[in-house]
Amino acid sequence: MYDSGKIITGLLVFVAIVSFPFVYSRGTNIVKPEPKIDTPVIQQMAVKQCVQPRAFMRAEHMQLLNDWRDSVVRDGNRVYVGFGGKQYNMSLQNTCMHCHSNKKEFCDSCHNFMSVKPYCWDCHIAPKENKS
Amino acid sequence: MSMDRRQFLKITGVSTILGIGAVAGVNGLSRSPVEASQVEPSPDALKAKRWGFVIDMSKFRTDDDFTRVRHACHSIHNVPDIDNPKVEIKWIWKDTYEHTFPGQESKYMAEEMKDKPFMVLCNHCDNPPCVRVCPTKATFKRSDGIVMMDMHRCIGCRFCMAACPFGARSFNFGDPRPFIKEPNPEFPTRTKGVVEKCTFCYERLAKGLNPACVDASQGGIVFGDLEDPKSEVRRLISKHYTIRRKLELGTEPSVYYIIGGNENA
Repeated sequence: MYDSGKIITGLLVFVAIVSFPFVYSRGTNIVKPEPKIDTPVIQQMAVKQCVQPRAFMRAEHMQLLNDWRDSVVRDGNRVYVGFGGKQYNMSLQNTCMHCHSNKKEFCDSCHNFMSVKPYCWDCHIAPKENKS
Repeated sequence: MSMDRRQFLKITGVSTILGIGAVAGVNGLSRSPVEASQVEPSPDALKAKRWGFVIDMSKFRTDDDFTRVRHACHSIHNVPDIDNPKVEIKWIWKDTYEHTFPGQESKYMAEEMKDKPFMVLCNHCDNPPCVRVCPTKATFKRSDGIVMMDMHRCIGCRFCMAACPFGARSFNFGDPRPFIKEPNPEFPTRTKGVVEKCTFCYERLAKGLNPACVDASQGGIVFGDLEDPKSEVRRLISKHYTIRRKLELGTEPSVYYIIGGNENA
């Protein structure tokens, strides 16, 4: 092989750069975010149930919100029949955030961890939170 | 490897079926979580075939009549109060006769009419030019005649502002939030870079409420179904002489003005 020294050194440098983030973060204690649901409204609920089961909401809430938006804005249909046939007004500001009034501990904890920046709050007004 | 025609057709046939099956399988797995059967219109919603306004100018006498209506609309919808006319945002506002009905001013017309301010807003045209030019379908006409904005889709190209002959649209050149004194927490604001306008209070109609301007106008603004011959708006239009803005452009506005000086309605 011609230039084997250069090629092998180059490969080693490449592998070192690519694996750097993994090596660097090894050993650091990564705390998984735990979105909190202990808001006053949720505390008072007899059955703590979102519009769909928890596993579904965790995986699909972004798709669900997209579909809610299209349904409300474009088709004018505002009622969502959720888990167990219960009806909800499809509204991020008035329905979701009514229960989940702790945006910082609920939405932001995961979104910041995953470094996703949804632009919901550019327009939608976040609930007022006690700055503690 | 040599292959005869028969073998070739067999292989292509089987691989086509496998391919289609795989696509169908993947699509089936990633189905939308919201089924069509899961959404319904709100039961209390007010419905019409074509919503329209009749504005009785005899009920707008003082400055307070205008500001009251304007404030009702703008405070509910988080419309920023920007003093600079170059970047101001307005959903409903007052304008002069010659700006409202250009070409209809006559040389010797009554001074009081010529100087009278008029309440103007989006006309929710039957043939809306703003909808035709929107490249993203961010603005669209609902089946009940309301010309709506989908802020999520607006890319801020401002074609609609150029197309609208009534100046009913405003552009957010900057973040509107610092200019909103008391935000209504039940309604979103807008963000930098989107166009906004009157939405016929679609969110209030869905709850069974009247548009905010109608409630605040003390009878000066009446709303109803223009396609229902028995509606209040149709009764007013048939009883009084009404004019609409810039009819010659063919946009068919849904806002009618009663401009007679007497007590109407």
